Amino acid sequence: MVKKIKGFLEKSYLFIILAILYAPIILLVIYSFSNSSNFNFDQGFNFDAYVAIFKSEKSPELWSAIGNTFLIASVASVVATLMGTFASIGIFNLGRRSRKIVENVNQFPIINSEIVMAVSLMVFFVTFAFPEGYLRLIIAHIAFCTPYVVLSVLPKLESMDPNVYEAALDLGANPFTALVKVMIPIISPGIFSGFVMAFIMSMDDFIITQINKGAATGINTLSTYIYSDARVQGLEPFWYAIFSIILVIVLAAVLSVNLVKISKQKKKAKEANA
Amino acid sequence: MKESIRKKFRLTKKAFSVPYILFLLLFVVVPLVLILVNAFLDSDNNLTFENFKTFFTSSSSLIVLGNSLLVGVITTVICLLIGYPVAYILSKMSSGKILVLLYVLPMFINFLIRTLATKAIFIAMGVELGMGTVLFGMVYNYLPFMIMPLHTTISSIDKSYIEAAQDLGADRATVFLKTTLPLSVSGIMSGITMVFIPTISTYAISQLLSNGKIFLFGDSIQLSFEQGLYGVGSIMSLVMLAFVLISNLIMNKFNKNGDAVRRSLW
Repeated sequence: MVKKIKGFLEKSYLFIILAILYAPIILLVIYSFSNSSNFNFDQGFNFDAYVAIFKSEKSPELWSAIGNTFLIASVASVVATLMGTFASIGIFNLGRRSRKIVENVNQFPIINSEIVMAVSLMVFFVTFAFPEGYLRLIIAHIAFCTPYVVLSVLPKLESMDPNVYEAALDLGANPFTALVKVMIPIISPGIFSGFVMAFIMSMDDFIITQINKGAATGINTLSTYIYSDARVQGLEPFWYAIFSIILVIVLAAVLSVNLVKISKQKKKAKEANA
Repeated sequence: MKESIRKKFRLTKKAFSVPYILFLLLFVVVPLVLILVNAFLDSDNNLTFENFKTFFTSSSSLIVLGNSLLVGVITTVICLLIGYPVAYILSKMSSGKILVLLYVLPMFINFLIRTLATKAIFIAMGVELGMGTVLFGMVYNYLPFMIMPLHTTISSIDKSYIEAAQDLGADRATVFLKTTLPLSVSGIMSGITMVFIPTISTYAISQLLSNGKIFLFGDSIQLSFEQGLYGVGSIMSLVMLAFVLISNLIMNKFNKNGDAVRRSLW
């Protein structure tokens, strides 16, 4: 009996916290169909807010921000993945001391507070007169994305059996073939998750973009545009619609990736037991 | 011949890291050095210590720093008090590994979206924006960063310690205080760092949720650079950096696998 009550209390606690965490998100989605900014259904259930994404005076700006977000994230994550993967192979083969130093510097963008990284890059760009605009933004995004790629590729190299690569060389493969046909496929899960991480981090970034975009260029990503548009007058109905769409995409992506991961782990555990 | 190619390739493989090392030097190390240099320069680029004096004697900047630390401490404590039971209960459940995902998911939605949504709800409910709403926003934003490392640590505790304590006659409270709690210290330390540092350096959340009434350290760093006060801004950045480094030292001391926890976030 006591155990039952305890279990019930524990579950209720978990549920209450979860409810608070999700309340704003759920309300947002519900009221995205109301075309209102202050949570009422005075105009009834409608899709006006979703239509406004395409047909309002703010649509051109909104779509240019969405375009910029994807452009910067694509370029930055591809460059970060390439550079990070090769860097990991290099770092893996460095001597112990130099490896430690490089790994520590690699940690820095991760542990550093975003605002400090943002202003330090800004001072750097101003001091060396980098042209304002995409160049600054893409360099900045590469700088904070690549460390995550390195962190996800290095462990894969560590757990790789070095004999496989040696065997390829002994069997007559030249180092390049051995790299492309043997090493890269083995570490590819790390490369892929590094790429996904870099892409998400870049799309999600606000602080570094906001401080490095330059006022005169007029370049906005989705997050800086939300900030400039909603800071003063609050959220217009179309933002509710946009947020709901983003939400559904993000939740679906993260959930499916993780569920696949967990079911794979379970399968492995089962095979190990059998 | 073959041997020489192999040796050569060993060398060239090391060379793969050169572009990235140069990139790190140029775009991570040099910018931080520039911040350090700017801290000692006045607006005409002369060597000076005025910036230190300006920052450490101005009551307004010290008040902002004090406020940020206060908000940081309160947020961290609330996150720990709410998050620890969540992580603890989840670790006892067989489906805890999947359920914990639900608590971390909101983290993947841009913080501006979540903050603006809570702000809109507060306004619709007629709640006055101020310290209370700022604290709610901070806890709401950073709670997942507390739950994640705690859950990782608590669920990896060897159950036989707990059983041994029970077998030796300890009551429930004693078992928790003498086994689970001490064994989860590394998770607590990671959680504290991952909540405290972003909270004190956050930019925009406090302004949005207090209608600009509450101004935190991250906001004032941004503002000084926006106003062209590079010297004072650099000092503030250095202060922030000091907090980052100290908290990381502490975390590494308690947690040899600090990276593992960070990585498992993804």
